[in-house]
Amino acid sequence: MNRFAALLDRLAYEPRRNAKLRLLVDYFRHTPDPDRGYALAALTNSLMFKEAKPGLIRGLVEERTDPVLFRMSYHYVGDLAETTALIWPHPVSGEDKTPGPGHNNPPPHVPTISEVVETLATTGKSELPARVAGWLDALDETGRWALLKLITRELRVGVSARLAKTAVAQLGGVEPDEVELIWHGLEPPYEALFAWVEGRAPKPETSNPAPFRPPMLSHPLEEEDFPKLDAADFLGEWKWDGIRLQAVSGRSGDGRLVRRIYSRTGEDVSGAFPDLVEALDFEGAIDGELLIVREGRVQSFNVLQQRLNRKAVTPKLMAEFPAHLRVYDILTEGDEDLRHLPFSERRRRLELLVARLDDPRIDLSPLVEFSSWEILAAARSDPASVGAGPDADAIEGCMIKRADSPYLPGRPKGYWYKWKRDPYLVDAVMMYGQRGHGKRSSYYSDYTFGVWRDGPDGEELVPVGKAYHGFTDEELLKLDRYVRNHTVNRFGPVREVEYGKDRGLVLEVAFEGLQRSTRHKSGVAMRFPRINRIRWDKPAAEADRIETLEKILERGEKEIHPLKGPMIEQDTGGEAP
Amino acid sequence: MALRSIDILTQTSQGLYCPLGDFHIDPIRPVKQALITHGHSDHARSGHRAVLATRETLRIMGVRYGEDFAGATQEAPLGKDIRIKDVTVRFTPAGHVLGSAQIAIEAGGTRIVVSGDYKRAEDPTCLPYEVVPCDVFITEATFGLPVFRHPDTRGEVRKLLDSVNLFPERAHIVGAYALGKAQRVMALLREEGYDKPLYLHGAMERLTELYKSEGVPLGETPKVVAAERSKLAGAIVICPPSSIQDLWSRRFPDPVTCFASGWMRVRARARQKGVELPLVISDHSDWDDLCRTIRETGAGEVWVTHGQEDALVHWCTMQGIRARPLHMLGYGDEGEAEDPGHPSAAAGGGDA
Ligand SMILES: [Zn+2]
Ligand SMILES: [Zn+2]
Repeated sequence: MNRFAALLDRLAYEPRRNAKLRLLVDYFRHTPDPDRGYALAALTNSLMFKEAKPGLIRGLVEERTDPVLFRMSYHYVGDLAETTALIWPHPVSGEDKTPGPGHNNPPPHVPTISEVVETLATTGKSELPARVAGWLDALDETGRWALLKLITRELRVGVSARLAKTAVAQLGGVEPDEVELIWHGLEPPYEALFAWVEGRAPKPETSNPAPFRPPMLSHPLEEEDFPKLDAADFLGEWKWDGIRLQAVSGRSGDGRLVRRIYSRTGEDVSGAFPDLVEALDFEGAIDGELLIVREGRVQSFNVLQQRLNRKAVTPKLMAEFPAHLRVYDILTEGDEDLRHLPFSERRRRLELLVARLDDPRIDLSPLVEFSSWEILAAARSDPASVGAGPDADAIEGCMIKRADSPYLPGRPKGYWYKWKRDPYLVDAVMMYGQRGHGKRSSYYSDYTFGVWRDGPDGEELVPVGKAYHGFTDEELLKLDRYVRNHTVNRFGPVREVEYGKDRGLVLEVAFEGLQRSTRHKSGVAMRFPRINRIRWDKPAAEADRIETLEKILERGEKEIHPLKGPMIEQDTGGEAP
Repeated sequence: MALRSIDILTQTSQGLYCPLGDFHIDPIRPVKQALITHGHSDHARSGHRAVLATRETLRIMGVRYGEDFAGATQEAPLGKDIRIKDVTVRFTPAGHVLGSAQIAIEAGGTRIVVSGDYKRAEDPTCLPYEVVPCDVFITEATFGLPVFRHPDTRGEVRKLLDSVNLFPERAHIVGAYALGKAQRVMALLREEGYDKPLYLHGAMERLTELYKSEGVPLGETPKVVAAERSKLAGAIVICPPSSIQDLWSRRFPDPVTCFASGWMRVRARARQKGVELPLVISDHSDWDDLCRTIRETGAGEVWVTHGQEDALVHWCTMQGIRARPLHMLGYGDEGEAEDPGHPSAAAGGGDA
């Protein structure tokens, strides 16, 4: 457990993907089976045990500590698992170290991660507290923290299942996608997998009848791409404002149809969509977008989110938020792998499959007809005008795909592009600068900005968002210097800068959409805000007013997108810290 | 009849004051006669008329403030009684930094110990703490919450060395307080067998030289040449905490930000400082050692100077020891005693 704890500890602080990868590879290389396999299972959330509840931990720690000291400590640390890990008294010795482990008190046995996982899977609810307490007695602070995070299923060290599998692949120089392909046929502690990547055994036979296959991703379309691309080579589709899913169905050895739904990153999310799983009456793998459709009309992302936010999937929830899959590609059918076929051919196979299925819960994403980029641009800015009808609100742009493109895992260049609507622009005034993370932790690289509104004492700035990209490295240096030279207040990592009618820096902010928000002082939250230009030239008094944003909202703008892209929603409104 | 403790030691706006001996201990403003526990700038200030301190502390003050830091100085020998007017004082090692001492004041059969900052953990750069039995024990409480338990320093240093091995193309920038922590980290690295040069930020140079001249072996410690920073892949660089996030540290190859401090025990504190490799190494007592020390002194009364006073006072009370917080201002402005997460620290303390 100590080694695993040290790994988690390091991962939790390490912002860089490549460094995380190196830490993982190093761990897998130097940790024996089955410990490393259980660690891999923990990181990919593949462990089968019921998570321990915070109440159990609280009960254990409160039995052993002074309530006043516990309360002060919890208040200071702010996290129950961490407080417990730190405050847990030495067994026997209490806070007095002297009579601790010694001749008469042999040090307690430190459990391995394998022992912990195996015990959790077999221990009943009533025995669990004593087990956990015994482990906590034996471990040190970092070990206890890792144990508590593990048993409550709250690892959160910024490692995706994909990254963990990539590390395993790197161990033996195989492709991550090869690991992905056999993954769902494997079980913790994955001894066969490690044996294969280390060249000690043949590739494990995957017995999984419905495996996840890494999806093909697109590139954003840039202005400079157009001259290089011939519209005649491409097919167009709407880009739906939903969630990308892969639906897979296949026969197991005993002839049963196994149906699964995977997220874009390969998490098995079947449990959340029983209504959709039921509809997967085919053998194959299809790629599409999860949407909520009521009376034939696609609902906004906000509505979809309401379903995703519910933990319990009840019949009422499914009736109120019917899950729908709008498909755009097919990867396999029966035993046949279709991924090498051109997109136009796969599309034909997909149309046939959807027609055969004849299920209202699964339909085809229509093609958008166009003969030139100008026509597509017009369609993109007004989908309703070219047949999107009532679903136009759920469209966030276009996809263009080469008609001859094979289905390739990852983000291959030159095949698929996404072309989003032009962004909105607003001129706002910088109000706070905050230190960035990782490589940018020494710069004030996150900027909260505001627009004018009427306040009790005349016009005032109200924060409307926070942006941390869109500028060049050179501009970052200038912005960082600006924050340092114009600081009027400091709050931890945040600096308030000078702003007012006659001073302040105007930032032209580009963003994708707006949402009403009660969490933000301004009442709006921006989606994907970024610094488009720095308006060194523009007086702060001439920045935009909140009414500009209100108007965009009134135009029926769509909601924020919390499941796509990195860290969008957090802190967008930038209340003063 | 024994004197009452408050006849021996009281509080004035300058700090702790002994009326019978007419001197202050670690006063925060210039006074006539100051007894100084150790060289950290919140305890040792310049401008006093006369200063009594250990030889090492006087040297440290000389380096920091210039040789004319006080009107007159007198060396306090460790373990020897010194008579000052109606009281006897005695300096005893506190284990905090080089030259740090507790000051015992005795009069009329009552002994009060002002411990200054202290720790019980092993430290190759200074003399170990010695328990001084007393009636009243005056303690700090920088890490006075039971969540603060400092681990074995060897494990922390190994964490750093493991990272250097795993990321040989990156520079490891270790933030450490210039007096004490920096030299302790260097000594610990040497104990673990690290024998490459340890690169120093300019602000660490003179105090490190002082430590070396006092016989603390720290090996080769070249100063970082600004123009050479980009060439220090694989190196360990020691700098003041304020520099780990500053422009200065950006020029090193893909730096790994490390910070050696007891505050690193709490994750939110480490994250707040943008630390990627926290090293829990403290020159203050952790909770267990604060409690153990109070017990071992046998004191019937405890005064808590600065830090998390409330928790420690509560603990004393539960043990049947009379205790009160002194709420002393002006301490904790240098080094670890400053909680990096506290808003006032961030506002007042610049980037530190
Ligand atoms: Zn100190
Ligand atoms: Zn202090």
